[in-house]
Amino acid sequence: MPHSLFPRPLALRTAGALALAGALLSVPGALRAQDTTRQGVRIGLTYDPGSRPGIVVLAVPGLGGDSVTAILRRDLDYGDRVTVVDAGDGLTTGSGLNYPLLARLSAAAAVQATLTATGLHVAVHDVAQKRVASVRDFTLPSPALSPEWRLAVHAVSDELERMFTGTKGVAATRIAYVQAGQVWVIDSDGANARAVTERGSSLSPAWSRDGRRIAYSAFGDRGTQIVLRDLTTGSARWLVATAGGLNITPVFSPDGGTIVYAHGEEEGTDLFAAPALGTGAARRLTVGRGTDNVSPSFSPDGRRIAFTSGRSGHPEVYIMDVDGTNAELLTPFNFGDQSYRSNPDWSPDGRTIAFQSQIAGRFQVMTINLRDRSIRQLTSEGSNEDPAWAPDGRHLVFTSNRSGTKQLYVLDVESGRTRQLTRAGGVRLAAWSPSLSVAR
Amino acid sequence: MNRLSRLAPAILLGAIALTTTACPRRPETTPTPTVNEDSLARERARQDSIAAAERRRADSVAALARARQDSIAAAERARMEAMTGARNAVTAAIYFDYDQSELTEQSRSTLDAKVPVLNANPNVRLMIAGHTDSRGSDEYNLALGQRRAAAAKRYLVQRGIAADRIEVRSFGEERPVASGEDESAWSQNRRDEFEITAGGDNIVPAQQ
Repeated sequence: MPHSLFPRPLALRTAGALALAGALLSVPGALRAQDTTRQGVRIGLTYDPGSRPGIVVLAVPGLGGDSVTAILRRDLDYGDRVTVVDAGDGLTTGSGLNYPLLARLSAAAAVQATLTATGLHVAVHDVAQKRVASVRDFTLPSPALSPEWRLAVHAVSDELERMFTGTKGVAATRIAYVQAGQVWVIDSDGANARAVTERGSSLSPAWSRDGRRIAYSAFGDRGTQIVLRDLTTGSARWLVATAGGLNITPVFSPDGGTIVYAHGEEEGTDLFAAPALGTGAARRLTVGRGTDNVSPSFSPDGRRIAFTSGRSGHPEVYIMDVDGTNAELLTPFNFGDQSYRSNPDWSPDGRTIAFQSQIAGRFQVMTINLRDRSIRQLTSEGSNEDPAWAPDGRHLVFTSNRSGTKQLYVLDVESGRTRQLTRAGGVRLAAWSPSLSVAR
Repeated sequence: MNRLSRLAPAILLGAIALTTTACPRRPETTPTPTVNEDSLARERARQDSIAAAERRRADSVAALARARQDSIAAAERARMEAMTGARNAVTAAIYFDYDQSELTEQSRSTLDAKVPVLNANPNVRLMIAGHTDSRGSDEYNLALGQRRAAAAKRYLVQRGIAADRIEVRSFGEERPVASGEDESAWSQNRRDEFEITAGGDNIVPAQQ
């Protein structure tokens, strides 16, 4: 567990500062600590202040600085772990930062960044200690505002979030999804949506562990095939050699060496494992005896697989060992239920599995805790499907028709905050990449 | 015979003329035979009736030829219809209940109609594609569509069609024929489609 920049005693100091801010509000002319949305960010005391520090990001000066400022602030806000404080002007003095002002604004830290010839110079100030706590230089590729440049700024945000909370952020990630028969990739903040497959029918993209490749299924002349595509080189190849049959829902194993997918011909659909690199025979994992077994998801330790199976007569979520043994029903139901549970996704910390469940004729996103098997319902508006975890194990991307057409939304499981990710309609089957900040 | 009857009056007149001039006198010139209008009229009438009969005969020959062409065309149409009917029997879709891959009674009879045509056309090969409606998981629906196609193939193979003549595949919910979020659209989309992939140029109807 990375060491947080602000050890626990700081939380108490923050709480004290917030109490002071609350007291000041009753004084006429006092700072409006609860003014909101001057620039669209919350100034929040809504959540437990002890675990959600207020952060001020000073405006980055110079050409392109406003883009950097906007990206850093938005990323920290989207991370839902800190509260981005709108501080306005008057924060810098001749000799440094106006720490008392920052303290009155409930800021625990201030980020002061400047653009350099090679990238970004970032100083992080500890407000309570009234000093610079950390200085770092980040390289930014050129040209500015390119997708690679944005990814590098996102990586700065993720590092800042690690400094503030102990957990690396997920801004430097991308989400793959299906739109109009093609696989698309979009940045975590909704920028740079682009198709990565040709016209056709492609479904169910999945990321490799290094974020360089995706696997997906594609319709061919006589059946459905698993395609492996390198996103950096654009090269693509089939995983299985047969031209016919049903080959769908691929996922990479955590060690990247295996792809597990569903294969069907005339006796139901079962899960198979094939080497991800080179060629090699596929191994059968499930023996469905004519039932359908699809949509696998690995546990993060690579030892178990969750999947959808119709073996009970209707789709439910099962888990089994990676060699196919010890399959057990995960989602409980009563005999005679017309329930429908499917599309499991195992959380990065291994503790919960997200899935979709049919409730009153629509689907909702649920999680089940693997220790005590308790179930939480996370959505209620419209019909909501295909949950996929972010690497932080706290955010989920899912498909919802609540706006009238299928769009992707990102949900913070802890606060319930939901934001719309995509704007074009008819979007589904999302998969969240691993952190991409080291790959480039 | 006709000539004789035409000449008969002239011969008669000639015979009368010879007998009335028994003593030898200076011979007189034989009078020119005059045309008998009645016989000519009869002759014209006879010719007309012959022509009329010829026309009637020609008409009836033509009518017979037309009738023969018509019956050939009708037989050709019937043959084409039987071929189209045979082809339609092979490509007719079957439909399913929600979340089911079992064959309904209607599906069974639609499949039964394919068997004799497939037996009469041993070169015909089929691709059966299974489809679902848009409810449920997109991914699970791909497997359900595959199961629907496999169910139809199994039925045909059990009735004697060679298994290597039939391929199966699934489109899940990706290729709806009807749009809309109601049972009318959904019921049209829960189907198997049958596509002739070889040997489909000259489908002959099944032997009766």
